[in-house]
Parts: sequence; C-alpha cells; structure tokens
Amino acid sequence: MKQMYEPIIGLEVHVELNTKSKMFCRCSADYFGKEPNTYTCPVCLGLPGALPLINKAAIEDCIKIGLALNCKISEKSLFERKNYFYPDLPKGYQISQYRWPLCINGQITLDSGQVIRINRVHQEEDTGKLSHLGGVTLIDFNRSGVPLVEIVTEPDFHDVASVRDYAKKLQQLFRYLEVSNADMERGDMRLEANISVHPIAIASKASPWRLPDYRVELKNINSFRFIVAAIEYEIKRQIEALEKREKLTQETRGWNEDKKCTFLQRSKEEAHDYRYFPEPDLPELRIEESRVKSLESSLPELPWDKLKRFAEEYGISKNDAQILSETKELAEFFESALEHGKKHGVSIKEVANYIVNRKPDISSVLPTQIIEELKGKKVGIIESEKELEKLAEQAVKENANAVLDYKKGKEAALQVLIGGVMKLSLGKADIAKLKPILEKLLKS
Amino acid sequence: MKLTKDQVKHVAKLANLPLTAEEEKRYSEQLSKILDYVEQLNRVETSSAEPTFNVTGQSNVMREDETTPSLSQEEALSNAPQKKECMFETKGVFED
Ligand SMILES: [Zn+2]
Repeated sequence: MKQMYEPIIGLEVHVELNTKSKMFCRCSADYFGKEPNTYTCPVCLGLPGALPLINKAAIEDCIKIGLALNCKISEKSLFERKNYFYPDLPKGYQISQYRWPLCINGQITLDSGQVIRINRVHQEEDTGKLSHLGGVTLIDFNRSGVPLVEIVTEPDFHDVASVRDYAKKLQQLFRYLEVSNADMERGDMRLEANISVHPIAIASKASPWRLPDYRVELKNINSFRFIVAAIEYEIKRQIEALEKREKLTQETRGWNEDKKCTFLQRSKEEAHDYRYFPEPDLPELRIEESRVKSLESSLPELPWDKLKRFAEEYGISKNDAQILSETKELAEFFESALEHGKKHGVSIKEVANYIVNRKPDISSVLPTQIIEELKGKKVGIIESEKELEKLAEQAVKENANAVLDYKKGKEAALQVLIGGVMKLSLGKADIAKLKPILEKLLKS
Repeated sequence: MKLTKDQVKHVAKLANLPLTAEEEKRYSEQLSKILDYVEQLNRVETSSAEPTFNVTGQSNVMREDETTPSLSQEEALSNAPQKKECMFETKGVFED
C-alpha cells in the first residue's frame, strides 16, 4: 500500500499599519514611492542616544486585529529587542514582542468550517529597504520603523486552499478594520509559511501523533499566487525526499518565480540566535479591561459576520452574500440600495442580482441610481418571460436563415437569434433568461 | 563557569566582532571571570520577587499618532561612510 503524507503548515503574516507616523518616532509612515532617506530621524536611523516613543494608534490597531481574531488581550505587554546584524536594521536589533505579546490564543473559521488557531498577534517595527546594485547593497531607511503587526497561527493548515482562504480573509479583515491597505504588491502584507510533511500511519492508529522534527520556512512572499505555488512545490519536494529516505532539516527557503521552485536561503547551522530581552527604553504596557471593551465596541461588523447576516436576513445565496460583503464599501452600497429599493417596490433579490451580475462601479454610481434603473423607467433589464417570448418570436420571424441553420445542427446560429432579440430590445433583454426561451421556441 | 573557545567564537559572531586567536583565548578567560562575578547574584533568594525590566515604574507612556518633519536627505546621509544614489551603501549582502 502506498504511503500517504499529510502536510503540516503554519503561517506568519506581517501587515504594515497605515498610521500617519512611524511606530516609535514622528516621521511619516507614508513612505511608499518617496525619495530615499527623506523620512528619517535619529530614532529610526538608530543614532546613539535616540529614544523611542510608542505610537498609541498602532497599539490600538494591533489590539483591534487581535480582537477581530478572537484573541485574549494581554493585561501586561512588553516590547523586546530582537538582536541580529543585517544592513536593513540600523540599531542592530528590531523592537518586537516575544514573551509578552499584545494578543494571544485567538481563532478564525475558514469557509470550509475548519478552525485555525491563532497563536499570537504582536506589534513590531519594519526594517529599511535594501536594493542590490553591482555587488553593493544600498539602503533606504524610509520604511525603517513603520508599524508592523505579525499574526502567527498554530500549524493547523493541511492544504494550500485553506492557506489561500486564510490569507484572503486576513487581507479582507485589515481593510474592513481600516488598519492597512494590505496591498501585497506594495509589500503592505507579507506571508511566511512553515511547512513539514508527515507520513500518515496506515497500519495502526495507535501510534501517537506528533509534529515532524524539522520544518522548512518559506520567507517574504508577496503574492497569494506565489505562496500557493511555493507551498505546493515544497510539499512535493519534501515528500519526494522522504520517499528516498533522505533526512529533512530545519532551513529557510525562498521562492524563485522564474524557475518556479524554492531554493535554500539559510540552513540550520546558520540559524539565528536572537537573544531577546525586554526593551529597557520602553515602559511596559498595561491594557485595562475598559480600554479593551471600548476598542471592541469600536470594531465594525466583521466580513464573516456580515456575510452570515446578508444570507440570513436577506435570504440571498451564500455565494451572493460573499460577493456583496467582499468590501465594506460594496456592502454599504448594497444596503443603501436596498433601503431605497424598499421605498420603490424593488425587491432584495433584484438589487442583489443587479449588483452581483452587473458589477456597477460604486465610485461613480449612486445606490439610488441603480434603483431608478431597476424600476425599469430608464434602461431596466427585460426579465419578464412573456415579454422575452414576444421578442424571441419576432426575432425568429426575422431570421429565417438562422433558424434553418440551427435546425441543421449549427449551434452557433443561436447567437444570431440572441443578437436579433438584443437589437429589438435595445440591449435590455436578460440573456440568461432568454436563452432557454429561444431554445424551446426553436425545438417546437 | 568556564566558557569554551567555541562559545566565545559564537558570542563574537553574534556581536559581529572579528577576534584573533589570541583574543579568543584572552576573552574566554576574561568572560569566564565576569560570568563568575555575576553568578554571585544567583545566591540571592528571589523566588517571591517579580522580575523588573524597567526601573521607572511607569507604564503606558505613549504619544498621539502625529507627524513632525524628518531630517533632510543630506542630514540623514551626512554620517554615512559610503553613499550612492541618495542611499547608504554597504558591502553586498545575499538576497534572492
Ligand atoms: Zn524617525
């Protein structure tokens, strides 16, 4: 019997907050596309003697993310220094959190119903940006010190579809909470995955389940597509290695998009020893219950709650509810249109169908405008079967050749007849409803 | 507590310090002595004491999310030993 393997995947998501200022200094955090090294000061350049000062808005955003992910908010939280040398890190350490993160023990439910446990949500700062030019490395510190929140899951994923769903859900959440634009291409949101595979015991279920003794870290991947491709590649590579009885080790790998493969970046021997210790320049945070309560009540309706409510309250399909709650703006547009529609006898279903199928540009169309349209006064779609039948009969009469072609078996002739109806209806016929009517008519 | 030469090498690497063989030997002796000295603290009974990481006794010292002007590009780069294209230049590091 063939040995089966189960992938075990944990995810780390980094998201840059869209605060006005940086995490520990008053430089602007809106660094993207700006002249290099124009948004720096002694604090974010790591000059001797400079002292950090915590950005309150960033802490609140971090707690909001934690609350939305059902985390427990720590009563006491501390920053620590994560020590390592790399040119993008001016101080020789990154201010991060380790033993006292702001938020712990959360969870999120995926579309499949699977619950993913969140280990922690903590606050840290971003590093400078490196570029490599003819053998030297150039550093722009505009990004240095921009607030960064890290969300770490337990190793609960076993397939790439769930990873993708999770990452998409987080991105949607960040946008709903308005804490980040979460634009992957701009690097607002970055993904890291820890992957190992373990042979599933077929013979007996008695042997206790345990995590493999290695894991491969996939680092700094800035697209949903790449993370999926990289994880799929990694699962295959690891299974092949195990089949060949090779020993897999702890290592860090990157994704090469051109070659469509992962590659070794750092092996275990070079693994980092960060020597975390509490940041002596920053007093501890004490998060009072009342603060948590007030932040909790400031949260908007979350995307998954909205989706559920749309389906239940409006009786629309889960699929439509998902589309309509995709962004907070579209959801608001939908509900505003509904309210207006109610006054004019336009049903929920009509409004939902219109938005789902016609995808109006909500930045230029008003909710009231689509209700006007749906009232049929202007360019309403013809959905009535009776009216469509009439139009279809007319089109059949006017296109005798197409009818003959269709009866000879030329399916494409149907398009000619649909075109005829569209012409007669000035483009207002509902094609999805028209097609079966035409087919029925032609077969009779 | 005697630090081995390998431990000294490891610590030096973490601290990004290049040590000569002679220094490795010397520092392994010196660091061992320093550790012994600090070891004395382990004799103090601390089982009921909360660890202190900050002596000010303050908490929740935060600022509002407001910006102030940053340094000019010239000022920011004024201490850079090497610069190129308005960026800090350093010897090439591995990436990708
Ligand atoms: Zn700064």
